[in-house]
Amino acid sequence: MIPISWYLTLSAALFSIGLFGVLTRRNAIAILLGIELMLNAVNVNLAAFWRYGDVNQITGQIFAIIVFAVAAAEVAVGLALVISVYRKKNTVIAEEIDLMKW
Amino acid sequence: MTISQIIFLVVAGFTLASALMVVTTRNLIHAALFLVATLFGVAVVYAILQAGFLAVVQVVIYIGAIAILFIFAVMLTRRDMRDRGPQMNRMQWIGALLALLIFIGLSFLLSSWDGYSAVAQEMPADFDTMGRLGEALVSPDAYLLPFEVASVLLLAALVGAVYVAYTRR
Repeated sequence: MIPISWYLTLSAALFSIGLFGVLTRRNAIAILLGIELMLNAVNVNLAAFWRYGDVNQITGQIFAIIVFAVAAAEVAVGLALVISVYRKKNTVIAEEIDLMKW
Repeated sequence: MTISQIIFLVVAGFTLASALMVVTTRNLIHAALFLVATLFGVAVVYAILQAGFLAVVQVVIYIGAIAILFIFAVMLTRRDMRDRGPQMNRMQWIGALLALLIFIGLSFLLSSWDGYSAVAQEMPADFDTMGRLGEALVSPDAYLLPFEVASVLLLAALVGAVYVAYTRR
């Protein structure tokens, strides 16, 4: 059998890779890709804790489904914002979107 | 080393390699396609965890909707993404160091936990995951309220997305 530590390590690694993407990419869409990786890492953790805890407590899976819904909402609004900014300022580079920076 | 452990290691290696390509590759279309590979690997991890519903939802919603939305967004902003300067900002080494430190910190924290090497109990043979999940989602004693709030959130997000991306002429 697979010990839970393997899943937790996989999830921690996936989260760190996503964090690296969010911190370093310049393209706003690539930053959103990193956020997706981080959300997936969280979901792996939730599913693993459901399976390795009490299976009758279905909460882990419910929580994962809510995370799916929030991720879908986040991507829809985030990409709409990126496209809207691209139309107005003709750029998707996060550093160049500095209207509110002083 | 049992067969399930080998399968898990192969899937985990595939997932992490694709995830690394997502954050490092230059071409954003390729990054989005590698995201599809990563999401598929995570779906297989759900299947190994016997969370079949999550695996199917992962394929249908993440790969079928979210990844396609990413590809659309990349194509709508295509001119900017190619070869215009570096893909990483100036903080890339600090970012890599920070990510590595967080990974080491998380691993250290987890390894000091009692249940770290716990193995799963055998799943009861007549356990109806789908039925339990469906009942929990619509039962007022369980998670009806978060379920309804999630649907309102999705509606609000879709209306907001249409409003933000709409061009006024």
